[in-house]
Amino acid sequence: MATAMSENPTPAPVDLLAKFDPIIQTREALLAAGVEDPFNLVMDKVLSPTRAICNGRDTILLGTYNYMGMTFDPDVIAAGKAAMEDFGAGTTGSRVLNGTFRDHRDVEAALREFYAMDHAMVFSTGYQANLGVISTLAGKGDYIILDIDSHASIWDGCKMGDAEVVPFKHNDVDALEKRLKRVPEGAGKLVVLEGVYSMLGDVAPLKDMVAIAKRHGAMVLVDEAHSMGFIGAHGRGVAEEQGVIDEVDFIIGTFSKSVGTVGGFCVSNHPKFEVLRLVCRPYVFTAALPPSVMASSAASIRKLMHGGNKRAHLWENSRRLHQGLRDLGFQLGTETPQSAIIAVIMPDLEKGAMMWEALLKEGLYVNLARPPATPAGMTLLRCSLCAEHSAEEVTTILGMFARAGKAIGII
Amino acid sequence: MTPAEVDARIRELIQPFNKKGIAIEDSTTFAGDLEFDSLTVMDFVAEIEDAFDVIISMNQQAEIENWGQLVAAVHKLQEG
Repeated sequence: MATAMSENPTPAPVDLLAKFDPIIQTREALLAAGVEDPFNLVMDKVLSPTRAICNGRDTILLGTYNYMGMTFDPDVIAAGKAAMEDFGAGTTGSRVLNGTFRDHRDVEAALREFYAMDHAMVFSTGYQANLGVISTLAGKGDYIILDIDSHASIWDGCKMGDAEVVPFKHNDVDALEKRLKRVPEGAGKLVVLEGVYSMLGDVAPLKDMVAIAKRHGAMVLVDEAHSMGFIGAHGRGVAEEQGVIDEVDFIIGTFSKSVGTVGGFCVSNHPKFEVLRLVCRPYVFTAALPPSVMASSAASIRKLMHGGNKRAHLWENSRRLHQGLRDLGFQLGTETPQSAIIAVIMPDLEKGAMMWEALLKEGLYVNLARPPATPAGMTLLRCSLCAEHSAEEVTTILGMFARAGKAIGII
Repeated sequence: MTPAEVDARIRELIQPFNKKGIAIEDSTTFAGDLEFDSLTVMDFVAEIEDAFDVIISMNQQAEIENWGQLVAAVHKLQEG
């Protein structure tokens, strides 16, 4: 035995998790300082789109992307309940096999109505919509030109498709054009943009960028995850607001923000769009969403088409919070309110985590965002407003920020 | 441009990014020796792209770890 062992020594095992040691250490140091874990919050009870019991405390929700407050809409809930009764709890199958039920078709019809477009395809999440559509459109030898601050799902879609990936400086129109000019002649080009960038809540200059992309023969995909439902006259997003929606080839969106459920989608007028259902792997090789989610989503999308008053109130909330935080002396991600996201810039991760905890103890939940999700290594407290926040609640929120900011020494 | 000319031109471009004034040889690495983070890489790459009128895609960047590899890659790209 001993001889056999020495002839075939067992190689020393390599711990594949060892590369995450720095992250484990950062987290432990943060928790050792006595800070409540920002990435382990539990909602014990959800009272409304804007209130929940979080870690045992009655809390105002200001970081849920539930922009239009549809999660508790009675029609949305009733549609989901009925579909669950009639069609069961789940699909147990892919959209291309046994996973397309009546309501999957209906939610795609609702999206076509909402966007006034010819085609709509629903994915199980927004992440999968970007992953699937980008990787299927742009393959080896094609070029993807994208904003450096793009969402992780966009980057992952680029990597999966194996296209040449060319980033440009955030929202820089000239930088985009320079790169488009240099793409080898004859190569396929996909320009990927977002309407609202979720970290700072700033809006892209889509009018100029889409025109430039078209001038250079590129196809354009715009992710409108954070603008659907409240930006643009019909809530179709920043491309609608800036008058270029007809020039955009593909719009990606999600149900997990304004729609208030879960799921992702792509809408398009491209005549060959339907082929994607056969060739897009993150669409084919996963289970379709439950029928209740589809019915709730369809009901919500159709209500959002008539959400003009709610949109107006959401803008009021965004302006009021932005102005109030500025007046208190906080540094914000944008000079003016551009969306329903207001990002408060923290001096560093430690202060950010302390401020986050102080707000939670005040009874306010916001997102703590930190590198690598954030641009330029920033730590942010990201606030996302809801159309169901009352004007009084926004005043209450500003009071909480004032007390917490002074206690932590940020203002 | 010859490889030596490409080397000289990129040496000018890297100066504002080489804040500690580290001596650069072919084996000098960007992530390790020069401590470039992803934002610095983006800005530095943009400077090179503009100066030579080329694209250095992320895929190509992933293959470039040190100075010698960068000069060789840019020399090849600008010859088109």
